[in-house]
Amino acid sequence: MESFKSLFDHYNYVVTIVLMVAGLYIVIARGNMIKKLIGLMLFQTSVYLLYIAPGKVIGGTPPVLDAKFTVYSNPLPHVLILTAIVVGVATIALGLALVTRIHEAYGTIEEDEIFARDEQE
Amino acid sequence: MSALTAQLPGLQVVIPLLGAVLAAFIRRGALAWGWAALITATTPVVAFALLVQVWTSGPISYHLGGWPPPIGIEYRVDLLNAFVLVLVSLVSAIMMPYARRSVAHEIDGDKQAWFYCMYLLCLTGLLGITITGDAFNAFVFLEISSLSSYVLIAMGRDRRALVAAYQYLIIGTIGATFYVIGVGLLYLVTGSLNFADIALRLGEASALYQRPVLAGLAFLFVGISLKLALFPLHVWLPNAYAYAPSFATAFLAATATKVAIYLLLRVIFSIYGVALDLKSLPISAVLYPLSIAAMFIASILAVYETNLKRMLAYSSVAQIGYITLGIALMNQAGLTGGIVHLFNHALIKGALFLALGAIVYRAGTVKLDNLGGVGRTMPLTCAAFVVAGMSLMGVPGTAGFISKYYLIVGALNAGMWPIAFLIVASSLIALVYIGRAVEVAYFRPVSSAVAHAKDPPLMMLVPLLVLAFASVYFGIDTELSAGVAGRVAEILLSGIKVGGAN
Amino acid sequence: MKFDLILRVGVKLMIPFMLLFALYVQLHADYGPGGGFQAGVITAGAVIVYALIFGIEEAQRVVPKRLVEFLVPLGVLIYAGTGLLGILFGKNFLDYSVLGANPPLARERGILFVEIGVLLTVSSTMVALFYAFSERGR
Repeated sequence: MESFKSLFDHYNYVVTIVLMVAGLYIVIARGNMIKKLIGLMLFQTSVYLLYIAPGKVIGGTPPVLDAKFTVYSNPLPHVLILTAIVVGVATIALGLALVTRIHEAYGTIEEDEIFARDEQE
Repeated sequence: MSALTAQLPGLQVVIPLLGAVLAAFIRRGALAWGWAALITATTPVVAFALLVQVWTSGPISYHLGGWPPPIGIEYRVDLLNAFVLVLVSLVSAIMMPYARRSVAHEIDGDKQAWFYCMYLLCLTGLLGITITGDAFNAFVFLEISSLSSYVLIAMGRDRRALVAAYQYLIIGTIGATFYVIGVGLLYLVTGSLNFADIALRLGEASALYQRPVLAGLAFLFVGISLKLALFPLHVWLPNAYAYAPSFATAFLAATATKVAIYLLLRVIFSIYGVALDLKSLPISAVLYPLSIAAMFIASILAVYETNLKRMLAYSSVAQIGYITLGIALMNQAGLTGGIVHLFNHALIKGALFLALGAIVYRAGTVKLDNLGGVGRTMPLTCAAFVVAGMSLMGVPGTAGFISKYYLIVGALNAGMWPIAFLIVASSLIALVYIGRAVEVAYFRPVSSAVAHAKDPPLMMLVPLLVLAFASVYFGIDTELSAGVAGRVAEILLSGIKVGGAN
Repeated sequence: MKFDLILRVGVKLMIPFMLLFALYVQLHADYGPGGGFQAGVITAGAVIVYALIFGIEEAQRVVPKRLVEFLVPLGVLIYAGTGLLGILFGKNFLDYSVLGANPPLARERGILFVEIGVLLTVSSTMVALFYAFSERGR
């Protein structure tokens, strides 16, 4: 029961881990290139949650300076994750561009078919 | 003048960044090369100035935006930083004249300007990782350099370059994300992102939160290992190096993995080493088997390759095993060996890949079966290849021997005789694959592909000869390479919590 | 896309509001969620929905390809240039306090400038991506 209580107290970490592992599993287990990219996106999303969820201070207001409030939520994780989101977007865009070119060059986006065609050369 | 010297750390990153942005406006390939060469030529000047300043007056701290650390991002240059900065910028500047003919030969006209723009962005990213003292800033620069290197690799002529770039993208992004997770865990327990500040706070944090600190180390280690191609996380490297344009391969082989090794050194010695007892962490226990596996398995895989570029790529994985072995030894001689091999390997692999690029430029192929007798038709190129190959093997009198010597002394000092024996044994495997290439180049009849080949033009030949000469020169006069590396190892080991055993 | 009256009229009504909202998000970064990246994506979204409904040629008449390719490095240049102003005035890179007499106000001004640079780059990059992908099929 103790472990269940601590599990439910930290459910944001549980969600992070579930997303992380699900994303990694898709990257490893699926051979379709676009599915791999989707798994990668899922994996990166879990990292955003890892940073932002602990940034909220219980009883804290948004970080706007005001005389009435003294406890502010941490704004730094949000800034870091904005950067990470942009990096993720750029990576996925580059990945999709590569998949488009690979599809034009090979006619398929299944990894095992591509490796089979490369083996023949 | 002193105002300029105070701005040097910032300028080290700003100049290539502005160069890359302005290169995006250029449309003609030759003009883009000229601009890239100009910008690349300024980076070693700045790096040398930083090295001299650090050598004489100690570490430099540069506050980005005027905000003091740990509030703001800090660029912190100490001797290890300055060493790697000089290496990356100098090797890139030496290789730039080579790029003009090689890139014009291998990449279509309208894309050449974009190639140089991506190259300058990659250089910015690599210099940024090396100079920054902030963990998340290192991630940003890591991704800048990684994304631009994916594009550099994908620009190869062969359609397999696209698949190689995609594979590298997936694996590289997983590595960078693992690094971010590690930084996130460290941020959660210490509340800071600055390397030095994390090191200060990690000691008390690890008393309270032992598991997140260890998990953070694990994630950081795996993430960085994916970038530096430590065995068995090296899968992306052979394809990426084999099918990329020759200049891109030479540039990435000489710089990208070295900067990742710098990041690993920073994490192990400047963060965890300062706060915790390194002997209690499983770093050495993990690095020993992986390094030895890399040294042997990658070398053996190189023996069975007929594509010379893939052979050298596997050889790179093996050489990275030597460097991480030096890190695992964690004593003065071993760490000196690892750091000096970082320097020497950049020169050696740069020379080897430039030689292969020259062969591609003249003969159009790097398959061993088609290259019979190339030593007679392209004498200077193959001479440089042989010289660099001897340095790779560790023949006494070359730079490779110096690194292997320090590694063996380090292994003996740590009392690990089997490892010293294994270092020598794996060097003999390098003899096999380099020797096979030499045999095909010099002792076979001239094949049709290389019959009309001759030495490449002077702009391509001179960087190749300079790097090959450097790989021998630094085996004779070791003050600049091993002297500085020894001092770096001393500094790293003196900062750690329980003083490094000798 | 096949001519559809409701979609065309609806999108024509929506796009000005989208652009205005993007401007709002851009300028209210201090007090709410917002900033250059979000505003850039909303702006690009407006251009893309126009391209989806009215056709690529129409969209390229309004936002030409060459303009987009010019804006991508221009935004980064604005950002790096604002940072460089700090060096030119004797302080460190990205020090915005040189832009005015009162440091907090000067820094706010500096952030406004760099966010404009970010807006330009992000919106033009998204539109350039859309143009590049849509041309592949032809």
